[in-house]
Amino acid sequence: MAKIEKKIKTITIDADKCNGCRACEIICSAFHAAPKYSSSNPARSRIHVISHRLKDIWLPVFAGEYAPAECMGRDKYVIDGKEYDECGFCRASCPSRDLFKEPDSGLPLKCDMCESDPPLSEPMCVQKCLNDVLIYEEREEEVEDEEVKLEDVEIGLESMIDKYGLQNVMDTVSRISMSKKG
Amino acid sequence: MRYAETGYDLEIDLARGNIERVESDPRLTELHLGGLGTSVKTHWDRVPPETKPFDPENLLIFGTGLLCGTPAFSANRTLVTFISPQSELLAYPMMGGFWSAELKYAGYDRVIFRNKSPKLVYIWIHNDKVEIRDASHLKGKGALETQDLIRQELKEPRAQVAAIGLAGESRVFTASIEQGRSSASRLGGGAVMGDKKIKAVAVRGTQDVNLARGAEFMEHMEDVTEYIRFRNENPIPDVMTILSGIGSPQEMKHTDEKWHTENFMWGNARTRRRDFWSKPNEENWTTAQLDAVQRLISCFNCPQQCGALVSSEGVGGQKYMMKCFGKLTYSMAAYVDDLGFNFRILQRATEYGVDSFSTPQILAFAVELYEAGILTDKDFEGCPSDKEGRFFWLLDRVARREGIGDVLADGVYYAARKIGKGAEEFDHNTIKKHEQLPLKLGMLDPIYFLMYTTNEKISITQIEGNFPQAAFPTREQREAFVKDWPQIPDERFKQYLLDWEPRGDQAIPYFPTPDMCSEIVDWMEMLHNIDDALGLCAGMGSFCLKPPYHIHNYPKLISAAAGIDMDEAALKKIVNRSRNLHRAFNNRRGMTRADEKPPEDHWKRRFPELEEQLLSTYYKFKGWNMDGIPTKERLVELDLGYVAEDLEKRGILKDGQD
Repeated sequence: MAKIEKKIKTITIDADKCNGCRACEIICSAFHAAPKYSSSNPARSRIHVISHRLKDIWLPVFAGEYAPAECMGRDKYVIDGKEYDECGFCRASCPSRDLFKEPDSGLPLKCDMCESDPPLSEPMCVQKCLNDVLIYEEREEEVEDEEVKLEDVEIGLESMIDKYGLQNVMDTVSRISMSKKG
Repeated sequence: MRYAETGYDLEIDLARGNIERVESDPRLTELHLGGLGTSVKTHWDRVPPETKPFDPENLLIFGTGLLCGTPAFSANRTLVTFISPQSELLAYPMMGGFWSAELKYAGYDRVIFRNKSPKLVYIWIHNDKVEIRDASHLKGKGALETQDLIRQELKEPRAQVAAIGLAGESRVFTASIEQGRSSASRLGGGAVMGDKKIKAVAVRGTQDVNLARGAEFMEHMEDVTEYIRFRNENPIPDVMTILSGIGSPQEMKHTDEKWHTENFMWGNARTRRRDFWSKPNEENWTTAQLDAVQRLISCFNCPQQCGALVSSEGVGGQKYMMKCFGKLTYSMAAYVDDLGFNFRILQRATEYGVDSFSTPQILAFAVELYEAGILTDKDFEGCPSDKEGRFFWLLDRVARREGIGDVLADGVYYAARKIGKGAEEFDHNTIKKHEQLPLKLGMLDPIYFLMYTTNEKISITQIEGNFPQAAFPTREQREAFVKDWPQIPDERFKQYLLDWEPRGDQAIPYFPTPDMCSEIVDWMEMLHNIDDALGLCAGMGSFCLKPPYHIHNYPKLISAAAGIDMDEAALKKIVNRSRNLHRAFNNRRGMTRADEKPPEDHWKRRFPELEEQLLSTYYKFKGWNMDGIPTKERLVELDLGYVAEDLEKRGILKDGQD
């Protein structure tokens, strides 16, 4: 298979510096609103600060890949005597919890590193974290050529099918198309 | 669609258990903006002047500011308004934290409580679902403890909870409302909440707050962000460390307390200890603070970190959160040189939910009365004899209203009168029945004289701000300060500062002149009123030197966020309207010029004639008559004709007084 150059984007999270203000959540939701910046709502954010103030836990986690099924087991971390919630570090939007789901539709949310045209210098959460908790880095890596990715519509539909079942989605699509045709 | 605000209030009748979601009139926002302004209007409309603080008719309003929940940095204030049991005037303590934004996301601008619940309850607001829930199992629980218990009970770790402790349940006049690392402390909001039998208000919201012109709003915020970065990297030279930055005074970060400990009074605002900051004491205080502070933390959407998560061996490893001046008030009031004591007792005081400005002074007042023989061994039966033990014992009695604590729980003013036998003489640090910062100074300061006496907040830290607290010693320092000062409303303020000398003819008390003082105080007060309407932290606007928010960018942010286009003049008119309505509300409850005086010993050198001149000049500047009541002309100019009519009908404004 052919090798191609791939841009790797990472956000390093220096959680020790986090003061728990959630500016990252607000700006993320505002940036991804349509039209851009027309609203803010941390529940729509693709980054979330998991916090237990009295346990000294402030942990920004940004949304990763959608997982249609729960893991077979759960994990729990204890670091420096602080116990983190089950699956606390996991970035997936999954059926076991309500994190990283659109509050209206329940559809999964995923961080897109604020891809936009023209591109931003850094994702918005990184720009608005003035305490340098979030550090953005880009690097080039050589990887094997991947198969063609599913289009966005397909990703959306697949998760709808996972959530509601194929028949329900097909029924709904045909009902909507009937009504559109009038 | 409504922008920046949600356009809905929650109206909760606690007696009937009735909950309504009521659409608010958009015109109210145009007239009063939101936050303090809008709530003052509601109190004026619905709370007649005969209402006593613990009457069912006393409204308790949890309000958000217009910009809360938007991406505006530091717009996180919750304003709690009610008639204070202590001052019997309209009080508006505020808290930062996370509650106000969450309420906006739940779809409401305010929660308005009326009447009283027959039993202890808490309120659970989850978007459109609102419940009044039994709280009998939370009776007597700590204000911080309650927040976590409710989150666990609701299985909603993201709920934000404002709660009272035992002091609020006992209707202690200095009871606070605690929320995360913040609290609405002053003037007894916790007592009114306890009287209404509300243990807590929990909120979780997942809805949008809309911006009228979001992209434009974010462009203005970009400038604000740049300035925050600039100020964080460039503290102001030639002023005390805690005044050099932005945010609340950075009490959790800075350990150097020479200024507070040697210039503020110890005990019942009694003794200045000019040599306190010795090497051993400095070491003790620095070590105690560094040991206790585990992490610096912030409020919602704020890059500053004015608060801290605190834990120390001395508090049994139990963690709590704190900020600002509470760090040293108990140690100083109790004459305890060890700062560890303050961290220990503040943990208990926070769980009880009491104001850390007033309460230590009340305890110190009791100790003074005991030492003077006015309070006796009978009053102090069972009290340990050491300074620390005595304070813990007294705090317990006050929070539970047990024995002498029941008298003290009404605050210094009322306690002094109830105790009698000369106790009134020991009430030497209250204004309008409210305990002030423990400061006793030499020369009368005309600017501070006006702020202390006339502002409805009745607490200096919420009035002062943008103008330096004292003259810079050298011309060079003054020139350096005014060179880069875009926040001022008018260039002439630069000249006032340049001409202001520490000593001589151009110094206090005669300079700045009464006219200049009026302008300076009016400007600073206006900024606070804007912040309080927008829900912005004063630490990023009105309270500090050279802040990121100021009169030249507020109108742009409001216009873009709310779609209510305005310029500086229009904004000034709005806050003047609310400010005069607030004064009229208090006038209607009996407040007059006679109430507007600082404690006799606040300054050693007093100038009665000049003070009267200052007050008269300021009243005139504000458009008030010589009794301190807004004139009809002023009220009509601010579209408050209905207020003038009411004041005239009641004989408070008389014909020809303009």
